[in-house]
Amino acid sequence: MRKIIAMISAACAAFALNMTSVLPSQAKEPLKVGFVYVGPISDHGWSYQHDQARIEVEKYFGDKIKTSFIESVSKSSDAERAIERLARSGYELIFATSFSHMNPTIKVARKFPRVKFETATGYKLTKNVAPYGGRFYEGRFVIGQLAAKVSKTGVAGYIAPFAIPEVIRGMNAFVLGARTVNPDFQIKPVWVNSWYDPGREADAAKALIDQGVDIMVQHTDSPAPLQVAQERGIKGFGQASDMSRFAPDAQITAIVDYWGAYYKRRIQAVLDGNWKAENTWGGFNQDMVHMAPVKNVNAELVALAKDTQKKISDGKIVIFKGPLKRQDGTVFLKDGEVATDKQLLEMNFFLEGMKAPLPN
Amino acid sequence: MTWLEPILLTIVTASTPLLLAALGELICERAGVLNLGVEGMMIIGAVCGFAVAHTTGSMSLGVIAAVVCSMIMSLLFGFLTLHLLCNQVATGLALTILGLGLSGLIGESFIGEPGHKLPQLELPFLSELPYVGRLLFAQDALVYISILGVILVSFVLFRTRLGLIIRATGDNHRSAHALGYSVRKVRYGAVLFGGACSGLAGAYLSLAYTPQWTEGMTAGRGWIALALVVFASWRPLRLLLGAYLFGAVSVLQFHAQAYGIALPSQLMSSLPYIVTIFVLVIISGNKQLTKINTPACLGKPFRPDR
Repeated sequence: MRKIIAMISAACAAFALNMTSVLPSQAKEPLKVGFVYVGPISDHGWSYQHDQARIEVEKYFGDKIKTSFIESVSKSSDAERAIERLARSGYELIFATSFSHMNPTIKVARKFPRVKFETATGYKLTKNVAPYGGRFYEGRFVIGQLAAKVSKTGVAGYIAPFAIPEVIRGMNAFVLGARTVNPDFQIKPVWVNSWYDPGREADAAKALIDQGVDIMVQHTDSPAPLQVAQERGIKGFGQASDMSRFAPDAQITAIVDYWGAYYKRRIQAVLDGNWKAENTWGGFNQDMVHMAPVKNVNAELVALAKDTQKKISDGKIVIFKGPLKRQDGTVFLKDGEVATDKQLLEMNFFLEGMKAPLPN
Repeated sequence: MTWLEPILLTIVTASTPLLLAALGELICERAGVLNLGVEGMMIIGAVCGFAVAHTTGSMSLGVIAAVVCSMIMSLLFGFLTLHLLCNQVATGLALTILGLGLSGLIGESFIGEPGHKLPQLELPFLSELPYVGRLLFAQDALVYISILGVILVSFVLFRTRLGLIIRATGDNHRSAHALGYSVRKVRYGAVLFGGACSGLAGAYLSLAYTPQWTEGMTAGRGWIALALVVFASWRPLRLLLGAYLFGAVSVLQFHAQAYGIALPSQLMSSLPYIVTIFVLVIISGNKQLTKINTPACLGKPFRPDR
């Protein structure tokens, strides 16, 4: 019996890796592009958006390329195998779409110097590994402005997953946006310690609304907080993908991860033979962050959102520009000084004037 | 009082799925079967409930489907552990993995579909009572079922012959067998009851708590339910207390945070498990308590040889 159980569990483990079949190369030799996802494509968030982009480029390039993907690769040991398998079977360009795929990619890339690798939200740059990411905080500046316009209380509920730079940077950008409208604007953050737990996110949203916030922002991935906002009659913003179906009257807009344009550029570069490993961190200006259609507010705000987005894209608005102080009063940026990417990537503090404490 | 009511209402919604799932597992363990597949059965209940409710538009059909599908899962567990005498721990874990994977497959076409919420049943007159009216008498059906379930299980377990047989099976299956009771039948019944309760808990998640289907939406609640059973030292009324305590902790920490009290939220998230370990230490430190409460044949396979 024990043996059977062992066999079954081994089979389960193999199945759990969810390898999609990788077809042998064809005679006509289209460019083979592989994608590795950290979650299932049905997560309606991070991996879903990457897969939407994959479908888009496949349509765009037609028979010039051939794509395939491996989903739910969350452990780094699995990632190394998955990436190596793609590299071995003739894939020339491989997108590994999670931070946790970075180190496995670097390892595999050493063995396959001719294959081109890209890692989303990574930071290590080598001869054939290019890290890329989106400046999603630009979108948070836009929703900050909208939130301050819509809110009567001047306080936004903010459902946050973990106190890491990506999240903290977003909160700071949101507050800076809100302060262009209302200099006293505050956020009430609730840390749910999870990127994705619909139940806890909903509980956090209810707690915030019970305490009187009248606008809801989230950096977690499920539509549950927006559903609660819809039920309780307040407004909010979606995360990662357009969530308006879950909250038709509540969602003002959503920050949408958009990878299609970037993937098109990079695949084109490989086809043209001028692909180069470089670090890309693009925002509105490189068409890597989208805003879902602005709804449920008046025309003035719709125009404001569009205008702010354009100004950020053109560089007329620089979000993190001095004078800015940290929450403890020390100087972060001197007058006129602009934050470097390194400073942004390491941001682990709230800005001056924010009342909420930062955990740890 | 007006500010308290919404908090208490949130606590009820956070506690109900834990209570429902734990109630089924309690009977299961009382009969001597350790089913670690609660999480898997729960998520199958959640996806099947959502799928059927969304397709047919009938909430009751959704709940029934959730119960039936979870019972099928538990039947599989019963067959493997009671007939083939597989290791209960390993089979339970496999059931959880199977449930999580299978639910993703079933639910694929329902991702991103907004759902409907179970209606609140307002009891006439009672729901208009000041203070407690809305809290106690304007909940959805599953909340009532969970509370009545606790009372019913408590009554059956300690006041009826059936309860005595269930406990005897869990405490000493050889004696129960010698007395002429079919250990296997009793355990099948208990396992199926556990499946049904997990199904209700799952349905509560996808039809009332957060009316949507998303992969992995149980997010570890099945494991908390398992911990709760130990926390309650296999007693239904303590289970009620424990479920509401765990629910309250998870909701109140959000209120504290929103209020500006800096709590280490990581610690709060792990509190149910820490408390369970604490209770385990207390129970096992006292031999008397261990003897009285823990079903002695918990997790042991039984082969009727005559």
